[in-house]
Amino acid sequence: MMFDKFKPMADFQAELAERSVEPFGAITEKILSATEGVVQGRNVILAGTNNYLGLSFDPRCIKAAQDATALWGTGTTGSRLANGSFAEHQALETEIAQFYGVDNAIVFSTGYTATMGMCATLAGPGDVILLDADSHASIYTGVKLSGAEIIRFKHSDPEDLAKRLRRLGDRAHQTLIIAEGIYSMLGDVAPLQEIAAVKREYGGYLFVDEAHSMGVMGATGRGAAQAAGVEADVDFFCGTFSKSLGAIGGFCVSRHAELAAIRFCINSYIFTASSSPSVIASTREALRITAAEPELQAKLWNNCNRLYQGLKSMGLPVGPTASPVVAVAMEDRSRTIDCWKALMEAGVYVNLVIPPASPSTNFLLRNSVSAAHTSAQIDAIIAAYAGLISAGLITGTQAH
Amino acid sequence: MIDYSEYLSFLCSALESQNKKKLILSENTSLVADIGLSSLEVMEFIEKIEDHFDISIPLNILPDVNTIGDLATKVRQLNL
Repeated sequence: MMFDKFKPMADFQAELAERSVEPFGAITEKILSATEGVVQGRNVILAGTNNYLGLSFDPRCIKAAQDATALWGTGTTGSRLANGSFAEHQALETEIAQFYGVDNAIVFSTGYTATMGMCATLAGPGDVILLDADSHASIYTGVKLSGAEIIRFKHSDPEDLAKRLRRLGDRAHQTLIIAEGIYSMLGDVAPLQEIAAVKREYGGYLFVDEAHSMGVMGATGRGAAQAAGVEADVDFFCGTFSKSLGAIGGFCVSRHAELAAIRFCINSYIFTASSSPSVIASTREALRITAAEPELQAKLWNNCNRLYQGLKSMGLPVGPTASPVVAVAMEDRSRTIDCWKALMEAGVYVNLVIPPASPSTNFLLRNSVSAAHTSAQIDAIIAAYAGLISAGLITGTQAH
Repeated sequence: MIDYSEYLSFLCSALESQNKKKLILSENTSLVADIGLSSLEVMEFIEKIEDHFDISIPLNILPDVNTIGDLATKVRQLNL
């Protein structure tokens, strides 16, 4: 039967309902600020939102969105290639290109359609795509649509990448290498200096998804490649407006003038409606603030370090370095769900991640940090985890 | 040149550590339906084969791979 394959998911949903837990698609009934909301009837600290710079409630961004709605209406009602390219969209493309110091940019309606569309279009039949094994679902979906030969390299392993490029011989030159800046689930930063060096040695094109690193890393907030000093080696940058910039949308920027022709070949760009003017306007303002106020990034990292050290000092299994994403790895599904529920009851909303969304067999309690979190809120998050230890749900040295 | 039976033999022996049901492995044994490999375990197994033969196995071939025999045939083609 067609629906048989969904039974395991239906069973899992029934198990969650029986335990009165609703971790997936939990309804936010009210947003009180960039870091507080009412979720499932509880006032909670939002520690799973990717609102890295806290700009979703910046009054300047809100004002820009309000003004744009009054000026342009609520929606474009059409594709970028038809009636949906307003002057606002064009202005954002100019500004995001300037932000990255390149001449070419495409703005998409979501980050997912940006990475998926670029990955589906850049390489085609006869080409090769070498992607990091822990790549985001949008990348996997895109490469499957490309028609190219798809090969994975071990996660953040430049030696494995080099080995695979060597095996390709002359075909290395027609290979698209795909990496991310910060990986979304564990918050680890890609070794882009080493990856760029491998690309220089063997050839190919380098594509970096800065979805979780734009606004978060680099002297002017361009992301992990800027922080690593290898932007000149990157052929294509993709990213999103739905994290640091507090809105929704995606982009690709490149020094390659061919991006102008590529734009007309991307189905996820052509056959979808363009972003509402309000979204574009708040994004433009958020981009301006990101460039003008580097102190936001400094505040974010202070909070990252505070949360990371707090959880690590209790012996919780967090990643190797501090990051805006701090994930606690768990081995037991049922125990992880209990922990998620207990954190909610303690007034902290985090993301519950289960395989295959997590990159291994582990379950994750995924925390994301914001520049808008106060020190007291970070300490409250840490205290909530201490409560899990006190309740015997996890031990301080090793999660169950 | 390595023939099909040698690839098959290597694959069966490399799968033993993941053969929790202690099945007698043959070319007709299904990686998922019989052995019960998860998608993650399939990828770990693929990496083991890649390292052994110094090849890269494209993801594109996986939809056509059901049994150990299917995989042996594909690996042989890639390593010709």
